[in-house]
Amino acid sequence: MIEAVGLTKRYGERTAVDQLSFTVRPGQVTGFLGPNGAGKSTTMRMILGLDTPTGGRVTIDGKPFRQLDNPMREVGALLDAKAIHGGRSAHHHLLCLAQTNNLPKRRVDEVLDLVGLAEVARKRAKGFSLGMGQRLGIAAALLGDPKILMFDEPVNGLDPEGILWIRNLMKSLAAEGRTVFVSSHLMSEMENTADHLLVIGRGRMIADCTVQEFIDQNSELAVRVRTPDPTRMAELVTGAGGRAVTDGEGALLVSELTMDRIGDLAFDNGVRLHELSLLQASLEQAFMELTRDTVEYHAAVPGGREVSS
Amino acid sequence: MSSIEGRSLGDGAATLLRVPPLAPPRGRAGLGGELRSEWTKLRTVRSTIWSLVAMAAIAIGLMSLIAWALMHRWDRFAPGERADFVAHPLEIVLARPVFISQLVVAVLGVMVISAEYTTGMIRSTLQSQPRRLTVLVAKVAVFAALMLVVGEVLSFAAFFVGRQVIAAHITVNLGDPGVTRSVIGAGLYLAVLGLFSLGFGAILRHTAGAITAVLGLILVVSNLTGLLPDSWGHHINAYMPTNAGLLIIQPHPQPGDLLSAWQGFGVFAGWTALVLAVAAVLFAARDA
Repeated sequence: MIEAVGLTKRYGERTAVDQLSFTVRPGQVTGFLGPNGAGKSTTMRMILGLDTPTGGRVTIDGKPFRQLDNPMREVGALLDAKAIHGGRSAHHHLLCLAQTNNLPKRRVDEVLDLVGLAEVARKRAKGFSLGMGQRLGIAAALLGDPKILMFDEPVNGLDPEGILWIRNLMKSLAAEGRTVFVSSHLMSEMENTADHLLVIGRGRMIADCTVQEFIDQNSELAVRVRTPDPTRMAELVTGAGGRAVTDGEGALLVSELTMDRIGDLAFDNGVRLHELSLLQASLEQAFMELTRDTVEYHAAVPGGREVSS
Repeated sequence: MSSIEGRSLGDGAATLLRVPPLAPPRGRAGLGGELRSEWTKLRTVRSTIWSLVAMAAIAIGLMSLIAWALMHRWDRFAPGERADFVAHPLEIVLARPVFISQLVVAVLGVMVISAEYTTGMIRSTLQSQPRRLTVLVAKVAVFAALMLVVGEVLSFAAFFVGRQVIAAHITVNLGDPGVTRSVIGAGLYLAVLGLFSLGFGAILRHTAGAITAVLGLILVVSNLTGLLPDSWGHHINAYMPTNAGLLIIQPHPQPGDLLSAWQGFGVFAGWTALVLAVAAVLFAARDA
């Protein structure tokens, strides 16, 4: 279990992490979501004792990371796939890490097998692809058979097979009763993997809830209505207190009325319908909506709308 | 991505990914494991081994070549010059190899720690052992031990090889006054210089910056202070780290020396302790 209380990190004037309090529980995948620059990596670095908090504290089962007897047995983390000396072989990289926590030498081969790098164990890490580097980082995280696993943007730059592999890895680790804490700036990634969500923006907590709660609270409903007479239908909807907009393909998107009510309206007024379907705003949209004001870097796009970088 | 594809691949991956269990830990991750780890790190990077081999070959090879050339031209030297060579044989067989080797030792010392920062390895290191002083102590101890062994092997090898090359005109023995101390001292000097450089590497964390600082100090600043006027300038020059440290490879005191061989070595060791203390404070306090 990871517990943060009032965790804060300031770099000079800039506050990267602002009074974060949260608990990451075992047996589930907790997604740590936020736009780029929201403070996810900084938070993870503070959990691992790499950065010292300016204020507040964060503990692993009640102890600060630096006081853990055998850190690798408690927490395994993949912060970035490049935390490796490229001149060293995968085997030796893992060996020198295993030795610090007095782990048996054969453990190195076990985890290399597990992540599918046994054949390149003696090759220098310099020549590894991004996916292989990622796997080596995961092997390092699993060396100590830790209770807690942390992954910072683990699927960045991976091919679909690699993404799937990591997703399943996280699920199986959580199913084994471990604490899995994974950051991402993509809601779609979390939708498939996470049970619980922590959403941050500009270092502040925006949401701390289950994925289902997040969906219920944040995905606005709309009904898609296709009819030969959209103008008439729009009038009817507006008259009944709803809102109707065209979706650009000739269909209407109706909000603030239930699907049943819209069907009744059409029937009562003799408007022919070709489609009546429920649309759920995607979680990605909900997430972007929620974090819009907290995105650090905006890019101007043609048409004047802003999207997060 | 279709769900069917996802499921079939996913099931396969999920069954593969049972993390094999590990026996419960005994004791606490401490200095012992960290020492083994640091030794593994040093020996498994090819550049360490190659640098040391190249250093030994160049240092002894170049010394032998120069010494051989001296012997070859022996008859053409004035009697005064010859007497000078005979009086200071270690200048030929020991001082030159040390001057050459110290460049490699300084670079290796810096890189023991700066390479961890430039590669990002430091984050892996500190995740496995977050007690930073344990990490730094292990690095210092392992590198000191390696440099001491390499330094002593190199200085004795240089002495015996060089002695053979100059044997025709100059004789020098380990039994001569100050000679054994100088040869042992050369290895000590290289080991301490390695730690001095390691400290700079930890303070500056950038390979190029730290190498420039150390070599600038050894090769440029230490010589320039010799140009300072008056007795205070003389004192500053004498107490510069490597100026003081190199007294240990000099068998006899020279006129005007302010420090004895061991005093000089003590001054150098003191500077090194100071640099390492600053490095330790910064290493413990800074964000990695």
